[in-house]
Amino acid sequence: MESLIAALTIFVLAIFVGWEVITKVPPTLHTPLMSGSNAISGITLIGAMIAAGGEQSTATSILGFFAVVFGTINVVGGFLVTHRMLGMFRKRD
Amino acid sequence: MSAIVINLSYLLASILFILGLKRLSHPRTAVQGNFLGAVGMLLAIVVTLADRAIVGYAEIVAGIVVGGAIGAMLAQRVQMTAMPQLVAMFNGVGGGASVLVAGAATTAAIATNQIPGADVLIATMVSGLIGAVTFWGSLIAWAKLEGRLSESAVTFSGQQAVNALLALAILALSIWGIIEPESSAYLWVVLLSSILGVLLTIPIGGADMPVVIALLNSYSGLAAAATGFVLGNSVLIIAGSLVGASGIILTQIMCKAMNRSLTNVLFGVAAAVEAGPSQDEVYAGKVKSASAEEVAMLFDDASRVVFVPGYGMAVSQAQYAVRDLYNLLTAKGIEVLFAIHPVAGRMPGHMNVLLAEANIPYDVLKEMDEINPTLEQTDVAIVLGANDVVNPMARDVPTCPIAGMPIIDVDKARTVVVIKRSLSPGFAGIPNPLFAGDKTLMLFADGKKAILDVIAAVKAG
Repeated sequence: MESLIAALTIFVLAIFVGWEVITKVPPTLHTPLMSGSNAISGITLIGAMIAAGGEQSTATSILGFFAVVFGTINVVGGFLVTHRMLGMFRKRD
Repeated sequence: MSAIVINLSYLLASILFILGLKRLSHPRTAVQGNFLGAVGMLLAIVVTLADRAIVGYAEIVAGIVVGGAIGAMLAQRVQMTAMPQLVAMFNGVGGGASVLVAGAATTAAIATNQIPGADVLIATMVSGLIGAVTFWGSLIAWAKLEGRLSESAVTFSGQQAVNALLALAILALSIWGIIEPESSAYLWVVLLSSILGVLLTIPIGGADMPVVIALLNSYSGLAAAATGFVLGNSVLIIAGSLVGASGIILTQIMCKAMNRSLTNVLFGVAAAVEAGPSQDEVYAGKVKSASAEEVAMLFDDASRVVFVPGYGMAVSQAQYAVRDLYNLLTAKGIEVLFAIHPVAGRMPGHMNVLLAEANIPYDVLKEMDEINPTLEQTDVAIVLGANDVVNPMARDVPTCPIAGMPIIDVDKARTVVVIKRSLSPGFAGIPNPLFAGDKTLMLFADGKKAILDVIAAVKAG
């Protein structure tokens, strides 16, 4: 139970941090914000790696493998496409 | 590597995520912000490889190679107009990963006779629910945006009741899974949540897609956070809740920009509306058509021009022609700005990306609230591919379907040019009195061709 409360504390505080940080992002960058934050939510990948490489049954390895594929698409695709978009934003000469 | 080092690295990764998002607050620092986020992710991945729980690397490496290749290919090839679909797909795979990870963690725990506690099991069920709703919801959103599914709202009688029953069944199955962890309850939760994800997304129409994408973005974050609870991993919880908050903020902004509540969007409830004036009543005898040459002459003594682009501009691929006209007018000493309505594209900020791609500088792209007070001093407002977001009825007629929706007040400009193929209505299906306004000139043509003709006329004149 104690660890649940600790996790809950982190969760709630992080939401407040997210709220403060993200309300400052201007509308002109909302699409890169979505793709970039989306890449960050691909952090599930590290859970997927533990499942795929852990010492257990074939079932978990298979689930883990697909989770790694999904997570990596999310992470690599998300960061790259955000980089590509942000490179297009230019100031007036 | 010791658990302390790993956990401290996760803390550092979390800090990098927060700093990265902070730098997204300005186009000048945004590239660096995204890079910081990527560094945080790389750090988290590398230290995880050193985790003692990992004994085999074959599956991990294979998964990263396959996923990385697919992700990189999608990111390089995507057209900017198709960005909403891509983000929907990325949201979906993120949710799918959460479902799989939570499932694998529980299976592994049970296989080694370490029955997880109730708190972990609750988190597992929540991961399965949110993850599956995100995955299938995103898939439907993707199919609608790609035109593989009907864009219009798909509704059937009793839809709400079916959704409520599904939700109850998912709750009951979750309780079963928590009492009997070795049962197949998790599978059933995922299955029913998948159906729920489909049913929740099909009733949402094309015009509301920006809201759905933002909401699914939030879900994908919450799914990652729930998986963090399952694994007792704080970096997942922090990263997931940051994204959850981001998606909720964007969802709110989109709803406000359409003056609709979230429930209204999600359940496709349309308010009872009085029948407004017909097209004929609004337009008959009052619409003035103009040629490209006449429009070009307007620029002769203009000092301030504002473009109001809508998604129609991107559909006709007119943004590059608009850029040329922008350059031409700027060279004549005219101040040229762009007024961007929050729902001008098909996802939050979409129009800005489309214009940035065409090399239009970001500092001439102005938000609705910033441009509106200045429109009275604007000589020419050019509406290109936008309709409902410039309809003065939203402001003036409290009984119309879009009443209260904030609009760009182009009717206050000295002259308004509307470039449009015909007088057909926008998503809201109502006539637009702007087209019949005293100061309005209609240039009936395809968006790209019209702009090219105007450019030719300006150069000739």
